[in-house]
Amino acid sequence: MVKAILTLGGLGLLFGIFLGVAYRKFAVEKDPKAEEVLAVLPGANCGACGFPGCSGLAEAIAKGEAPANACKAGGASLAEIVAQVMGVEASAEDAKVARLMCRGGEEKAVRRAKYVGLTDCRSAKTVGSGGKACTFGCLGLGNCVRACPFGAMSMGADGLPVINPEICTGCGVCVETCPQGVLSLVPAQNRVFVACSSTAPGREVRKTCQVGCIACRICERTCEHDAIHVENNLAKIDYSKCTNCGRCAEKCPQKIIINETAATDDKQATAI
Amino acid sequence: MGLRTFVGGVHPAPSKGRTGDSPVVTAPLPQKVVIPLAQGGAPCDPLVKVGDKVQVGQKIGESQAFVSAPVHASISGNVTAIEPVACPNGRTSLAVVIESDGNDIWLNTTGGSSLDAMSPADIKGLVREAGLVGMGGAMFPTHVKISPPPGKSFDAVIINGAECEPYLTCDQRLLVEETESIVLGLKAWLKVTGAKKGYIGIEDNKREAIAAIKAAVTEEKDIEVVPLMTKFPQGSEKQLIASILGREVPSGGLPVDAGALVQNVGTTYALSQAITAGKPLVERVVTVTGTPLKKPLNIRTRIGTLFSDLLSFCELDGEIGKLISGGPMMGIAQTRADVPVLKGTSGILVLSPQEARPLPERACIRCGRCVDACPIGLIPTLLDQYCRHEMWEQATQGHVADCIECGSCAYVCPSKRHLVPALRLGKAEVMAQRRRKK
Repeated sequence: MVKAILTLGGLGLLFGIFLGVAYRKFAVEKDPKAEEVLAVLPGANCGACGFPGCSGLAEAIAKGEAPANACKAGGASLAEIVAQVMGVEASAEDAKVARLMCRGGEEKAVRRAKYVGLTDCRSAKTVGSGGKACTFGCLGLGNCVRACPFGAMSMGADGLPVINPEICTGCGVCVETCPQGVLSLVPAQNRVFVACSSTAPGREVRKTCQVGCIACRICERTCEHDAIHVENNLAKIDYSKCTNCGRCAEKCPQKIIINETAATDDKQATAI
Repeated sequence: MGLRTFVGGVHPAPSKGRTGDSPVVTAPLPQKVVIPLAQGGAPCDPLVKVGDKVQVGQKIGESQAFVSAPVHASISGNVTAIEPVACPNGRTSLAVVIESDGNDIWLNTTGGSSLDAMSPADIKGLVREAGLVGMGGAMFPTHVKISPPPGKSFDAVIINGAECEPYLTCDQRLLVEETESIVLGLKAWLKVTGAKKGYIGIEDNKREAIAAIKAAVTEEKDIEVVPLMTKFPQGSEKQLIASILGREVPSGGLPVDAGALVQNVGTTYALSQAITAGKPLVERVVTVTGTPLKKPLNIRTRIGTLFSDLLSFCELDGEIGKLISGGPMMGIAQTRADVPVLKGTSGILVLSPQEARPLPERACIRCGRCVDACPIGLIPTLLDQYCRHEMWEQATQGHVADCIECGSCAYVCPSKRHLVPALRLGKAEVMAQRRRKK
């Protein structure tokens, strides 16, 4: 009995001392700044910054290898906090949100064939764009929804992803994921955008989709701020010039220029 | 049986009965052809403008890139448009649209020559000028294929007459009808590569083709006809080399690493046409078949003819369940019939809605049939899981990049798993990662 207590107690003491010494001797010096920065980062490990997770970015910021506004998901508000922690001047980029540049849902886009295969947009792209007649549009198999690190996306009833702009941080992971390139980051204060990606000529678009840009240039003529131009059969908004007046959206015969300010009441239906 | 073959593979119903014995017929001259400028390697730049008059055999597209083959006008007439079009290989390419003038005027070429009068360099130049590409489907520029990288060389040339894809019979018919040209083409390949020995591998269900070729090469001691076991994918390059030469192409390697050059029957025929008649690659034989067609045929047609024209020529009668460019195992499903015949379009297959009905995908029951079937020796069931869950490291270790996408695994799968798309996804990702590392 006594022997056992002494043996185990002695072993415990021995290992205790060993661990205690090892703890001090092999201590990894952690940058307290990095810990502080890590505490304020979102912690979603989305990877949009290009560093290995939030801890990787925190270390880089603490070492001064990354700017205070490197976290794309956090946006301006986080950049300010990080700048405070680091004691530097905040210089945040404009906050951005992801927008889906396609409205060709089940009932709007013409379907030429039925897609049978993996529920994966990359896979569908290799076989006739998933059966939709328009080869530019959203394939609707939800790679972006699965990739969103913040749960800001969901699949709508019409087979198109719905982005919740309230939750979207503008990290751009979905934009990287989409093989069709129909998602794009738009400055958050810009509420007017062109929801089509088709560069096909107008007559082709009319055959394939009810809500495609036909390059009629009415928007171009309507705009008083020289902010919208049709290039390569597709209307494009210069976000730095756009004033969110929404005249182009009113005039667009195809209703593919979305004015979100006008539709805030009906957000669920149009906020895509 | 003693027939040479490879390990693995499957035995789909050959389904060649309706066209196997029917001689090649020449299609009526199309009213319009659509000739994509990306047919083999880097896309060509157009050499003509809208409104130009062109003649058959006139070069209409060329690229400065080495890995690219020029394209030629396949009918005479006016260029009416140069626009992006959907191609049967799933891509969109800039294409030259030519409306026929109905006269079929050929460009005054230098005429033919003879093989004896040509040096290997002449042949290589001709191969490029004639726009030759692999006509089995991959459309890899042939002049690149016959130029081995420094330090490597070919010691054997194999003519791929296996035609293991069900339904397709165009190579079989060429072997029977154009025997002399194929043998001449093989001699040209031997001359240009300096290889000692030529083989013609033919699956043993094509008796007529074997007999015809055998009769034609009795005098040739450097050429051997090899009957092969009828098994899919016998006509895959690596499997053919394993069957005939008993050599293995190393993982990630090319046939040249095994000293072998494998050439398609159609390409070989096109080469002999280029040598003897000075004709560039402007037409090919396409097998148009399937149950909804009243008159399935092997058709000699111009490159750029629309599928829809050929389907009506074969008297399409009934609903299309699935339209496939190529064969049923490795062909590509089409979403529209107004796509052009490319240099690599070996067949147009129409399945009825009943034949093409999709079967529901079920969970893997781990039976291992796909493992037995894989001719490369991969484990498709595991790779399927890795690729679906984006476990790229494990997929790389499982050699997903060596998958030849033959579809044998999916063919035998009792759960109808979408194995090929999953592995293809993994393959694309692993290849992309490799490129990034370089």
